[in-house]
Amino acid sequence: MAQLSCKNLSIGYDSKIIQKDLDFSIEKGDYLCIVGENGAGKSTLMKTLLGLKTPLAGHISMEDGVKGNEIGYLPQQNLIQRDFPASVKEIVLSGCQGRCRFPGFYGAEAKKKAKEAMDKLGITHLKKSCYRELSGGQQQRVLLARALCATQKMLLLDEPVSGLDPQATQDLYDIIKKLNDEENITIIMISHDVGAALKYASHILHIGKTLFFGTKNEYLRSSVGKAFTTLKGGEDF
Amino acid sequence: MNEIFQTLKMYFEYPFVTYALIVGVLIALCSSLLGVTLVLKRFSFIGDGLSHVAFGALAVASVLQLSNKMPMILIITVVCAVILLSTGSEGKMKGDAAIAMISVSALAIGYLLMNVFASSANVSGDVCTTLFGSTSILTLTPNEVWLCVGLSLTVVIIYTLFYNKIFAVTFDEEFAKSAGTKAKSYNLMIAIVIAVIIVLAMNLVGSLLISALVIFPALSTMKVFKSFRAVVISSAVFSVICAALGILISIVYSTPVGATIVAVDLSGFIFFTIYGALRRGVS
Repeated sequence: MAQLSCKNLSIGYDSKIIQKDLDFSIEKGDYLCIVGENGAGKSTLMKTLLGLKTPLAGHISMEDGVKGNEIGYLPQQNLIQRDFPASVKEIVLSGCQGRCRFPGFYGAEAKKKAKEAMDKLGITHLKKSCYRELSGGQQQRVLLARALCATQKMLLLDEPVSGLDPQATQDLYDIIKKLNDEENITIIMISHDVGAALKYASHILHIGKTLFFGTKNEYLRSSVGKAFTTLKGGEDF
Repeated sequence: MNEIFQTLKMYFEYPFVTYALIVGVLIALCSSLLGVTLVLKRFSFIGDGLSHVAFGALAVASVLQLSNKMPMILIITVVCAVILLSTGSEGKMKGDAAIAMISVSALAIGYLLMNVFASSANVSGDVCTTLFGSTSILTLTPNEVWLCVGLSLTVVIIYTLFYNKIFAVTFDEEFAKSAGTKAKSYNLMIAIVIAVIIVLAMNLVGSLLISALVIFPALSTMKVFKSFRAVVISSAVFSVICAALGILISIVYSTPVGATIVAVDLSGFIFFTIYGALRRGVS
């Protein structure tokens, strides 16, 4: 049974549709990359999946007990965070906010989860450091650890490597792949980096003027895939 | 030095001086707590905007010759706070422009009304008092003091109970929403609380200087402290000390209360800035 499936989904802002007739479904443990031109609605689709925006038409269904607030989300960094005085521990712990019974307090379970997430991402030694003083790669790991606190099942990543140097980019891709392989966490990632998308993903969703959904190999054989990968310099694959 | 203590002792024999100190410290405490969130969310200017709205509301209430002006000022300010904070992120009008527009209109209308329907001969004196809060803190009645104590306690309790949620919503609203936190409700709560604080603070520093109480503690302590909890706690301490010091200085040297508190806040800010820069230089 599919973990997440969309049928005839239309997305957009203020009742203005920017993308319609999206049809796709993914299974547990899939690694889906969403590619497409700027303004095609990639981020909007992600927000719609998260329930931050209501679908303008169509239907999203989650199975396997994944509820809206059991998805880990790694948003694009915003301006506010750049000079925010918060320790790594505080930020990772805030990933548990969906599961605490009383609004204000985190229990021992939440703290344990935060510790595990920091261990997995290798940032335990930074837990008292100030977020704004970390490098871009470390900051993304902190936010990824926070997303892990919110989920066991599915991570939604919105351009996780934008602005990172090549080494940090590679490290982050490796960590995401590891989470996908070892923990069997479903990954849905928006990417501008078609090369990496084709290297790591099991499935590709291309949105824009033409729509495509299928496995990586099907994408490489499709006309839209061929056109897009040549354009973006993904010839090696 | 001894003389100063003598003077202070003499003044504290008057209950209104004690009231002023209690109210001043409490308002400073509350505004600094919320100030951290407002500064970090880039809403510093909202304190300023809302204080002008409160001034306008006060003028309207005076013209209507209401005996108890507080409820009306509170309602108008809360409504404006809700409008401003909700347009902030996704509204059609940009947040800063909306604040500037509302604040300057409220100021103008307030002044206009006070002039046209002048109740006393000294209009500019009245306006000056409202804007700079020169004397009103010294004319507090016990009832007003209790009201202030009650509201401040409520603010502190709400802040403590929802501390983690406030942090989550301040740091990353999108993530908070995706994790099932009702960010909109928390924004609404923050807006209402800040409006209440501003109306209370109008008595203390006057409507022009309120934003100082909101932004200085957070801005100063952010320069030095590295975790959100430390920033919040130190802001509260910073603000309370500055307010108490400001009030005491103004009593001893008969300077205007509001302006003195802001001057002390400014000195604190400069001190923290230099200290922060030195520490960064060393490490």
